[in-house]
Amino acid sequence: MAVLLDRQTRLIVQGLTGREGTFHAKAAAAYGTKVVGGVTPGKGGTTHEGWPIFNSVHDAVRETGANASVIFVPPAFAADAIMEATDAGIPLVVCITEGIPTLDMLKALLFMAGKRTRLIGPNCPGIITAGQGKAGIIPGHICKEGRIGIVSKSGTLTYEAIHQLSTQGMGQTTCIGIGGDPLIGTTFIDALRLFAADTDTDAVIMIGEIGGTAEQEAAAFIAREFRKPVVGFIAGQTAPPGRRMGHAGAIIAGGQGTAAEKMEALTKAGVHVVKSPADMGQRMREALGR
Amino acid sequence: MKIHEYQAKSVLARFGVPVPRGEVATTPAEAGAIAKKLGGGLCVVKAQIHAGGRGKGGGVKVAKSAEEAEQLATTIIGMTLVTHQTGPEGKKVGRVLIEEGLQIDRELYVSILIDRAAARPVIIASAAGGMDIEEVAAKEPEKILREHVDPGVGLQPFQSRKLAFGMGLGADAATKLVKLLNAVYKAFMETDASMIEINPLILTKGGDLLALDAKVSFDDNALYRHSDIRDFRDLSEEDPLEVEASKFSLNYIRLDGTIGCMVNGAGLAMATMDIIKLAGGEPANFLDVGGGANAEQIKNAFRILMADKNVKAVLINIFGGILRCDVLAAGVIAAVKELGVRVPIVIRMEGTNVEEGKRMLTESGLNFTTADSMGEAAERVVALAT
Repeated sequence: MAVLLDRQTRLIVQGLTGREGTFHAKAAAAYGTKVVGGVTPGKGGTTHEGWPIFNSVHDAVRETGANASVIFVPPAFAADAIMEATDAGIPLVVCITEGIPTLDMLKALLFMAGKRTRLIGPNCPGIITAGQGKAGIIPGHICKEGRIGIVSKSGTLTYEAIHQLSTQGMGQTTCIGIGGDPLIGTTFIDALRLFAADTDTDAVIMIGEIGGTAEQEAAAFIAREFRKPVVGFIAGQTAPPGRRMGHAGAIIAGGQGTAAEKMEALTKAGVHVVKSPADMGQRMREALGR
Repeated sequence: MKIHEYQAKSVLARFGVPVPRGEVATTPAEAGAIAKKLGGGLCVVKAQIHAGGRGKGGGVKVAKSAEEAEQLATTIIGMTLVTHQTGPEGKKVGRVLIEEGLQIDRELYVSILIDRAAARPVIIASAAGGMDIEEVAAKEPEKILREHVDPGVGLQPFQSRKLAFGMGLGADAATKLVKLLNAVYKAFMETDASMIEINPLILTKGGDLLALDAKVSFDDNALYRHSDIRDFRDLSEEDPLEVEASKFSLNYIRLDGTIGCMVNGAGLAMATMDIIKLAGGEPANFLDVGGGANAEQIKNAFRILMADKNVKAVLINIFGGILRCDVLAAGVIAAVKELGVRVPIVIRMEGTNVEEGKRMLTESGLNFTTADSMGEAAERVVALAT
C-alpha cells in the first residue's frame, strides 16, 4: 500500500519540456510511474517525448485525469506553479525546485491553507514508493520493496539511507524528501502520521538537519503517539554557528537549532539516534530485532 | 546576505524608520568633517564590520567634539577588531559611521523574521534592549514578547500597541511604535529580508523612538529581484575562497581542519563532516558541489579546496544516483593531473557504473584510495591526514 504515491498515481510534470523536467520524466516513466503529460505555458497542444503538453495545470487535469504533479520550474516561477497546481485541485504536488525566495513560499502556503492539496518540498528530492512509482529525482535503482519508511530534509543523504537499507536486506515502502528550506509543505510530523496509518510500514528512518525546531516538534509527536520504531540522524553535528550550510534552513542561529539539542530531544522520545550517518541501516536492523 | 549597519539604517530610513543623523567615513578627516556637520558636539564613532559585539571589542566610541571624533576615527579605521563573532583573527575596519549623540531614556528591542513552525512573520519585542537578546530569552523569557503577523492582511495597529504597552511604553510612545513597526514590517516584506533587528531601539528623553543600531540580512534566493540590495555586498567581509567558490555555484565554507571534503548535496556534505570528526579528524571545509557535478565543477572544486594550505588529505563522497561514476572518475583524474594535486585522496562514490569508475581510479597511477562506505572512507582519510 505505502503512502502518497502508488501504481494508480497519474503524474504530470510542470516544466516537462525543460532539461531537468525531461530527464526526470523519462526516469519516472522508466521506473513504472504513470506519467500522463506535462505543463509548459505557451507550448500547449504540442507533444514532447510522446507526452501531451498543456498550457495550464487545469487543462492537464481535465484531459489526463492527473492526480499528482511534480514541479521542475525555475525558482522565480515555482511558487506560482505550486499555486496553480493547488488551484487545479491536484491532491499531491511535489516541488523539486531549489532556491525559491522565502516570501514566495509564504504566499504559496497562505494560498494553500484550507485547500485539499498536499505539498512536498520545495528544494527536495521528491518521493518514491519502492517498486511502484516516483515523483522527483530519487534514483529508482537503489530502492528495494520492503517495509521501512524514510522521511528526510536532505537529498543525497536520503539516498545514503536507502542504499544502506537495501544493501542490508531491508526494503522500503515510501521515501519522502521534505526539503531543507525554512518554509515547506509537508513536515516531519505530517509524514510520520502517514507512516503511522500505513499498515505496510513497520519502522521509519528520520533524517534531520541543523536549523529550526522541526525535529524537536517531531520528537514531541513521536513521544506522544508514534508507536513504530524510528531511527534518527541529524546532519550538522560539527557545523559552526551562524553559517548557512547549503540549505537555506540549515543554520544555527542564536544557539538555536543545534544538532545536539535535536539529538537529545529525539533520544528522549525513544528514537534510536545514530551519531554516524554510516550506522542508519545497522541501527534499523537492531531496532527491528534482526 | 549580510550588510553593514550604515547600509541597514539607510534601508530602514527609506521605509520611514527614524534613525539618528549620521554619515559613513573612510578617512579620519572625513569623520571629523561629518562630526562638524552634525553640530560639532557629542557624537558616536562606530566601526563598520559585519560581526556583532563591536562595542565590547573597542570599535564603538563616544566623542565630545569633532576633533575627538577625528582622533578616534584614526585609531578605529584600519584596526583589526576582534569580537565574539569575528573569530580570533578579527576583522579589519575600513569604515566608521559618525552619528549624533542622543539622550537615551530607555533601550528597547525589536526584530522581525519568519517563524518557520507558524509559517508567518513574527515580531519580537523586549523592554530589555541593548543586551544580547539570546541571553534575555534564556534568563528572563517572560521579557520576550511575540506577535505573529497574518501576511494576508499585514501587521495591524492593535498588535503593535500590544507590544508597546507590553514593554511599558506610554500612550505617546505607543503611537510612535505603531508607525515605526509598520515601517519595519514594510521594509521586511518589500526587500525580502530574512531578519531585521533593531537593538537597541531607543526612547529619547525628548520622547522620540529611533533605531540606534540595526542589523539587516536578506534572503539570498530573492536577491535577483533587488539589484539595489545586491550592490550593498561587501566582498572584503567574506572569505576570499568562499567568494571564488560562489562564482562557480559551489557552496563552500572554510573551516579550521585538515581534511578537505568534496560532496554532492548539503545534507550529505554536513554528514560527511560529522563522520570525519567521529573518526578523529577535523574537516577543512563544507563543500557541496551540487547535483549536476560535471568535470568542470570538479576541477573548480579541487582548485578551491587545494588553495587552503591546511588541507592534508581529501575525501570525495559522491552519491551519484543519476550521475555516472565513470564520468566522475574521469573528471577527478583530469583535475588531479591538471592541477598537480599532491595530497592523498580518498574517494567513496555510488551510482551507475561504480565498478568501472573504481577501476579507472586504481589504474590511473595517481594517489587515490577508494572506499565502499562512508565509515570506511572517513577512517582512511583520517589515517592519511595524520
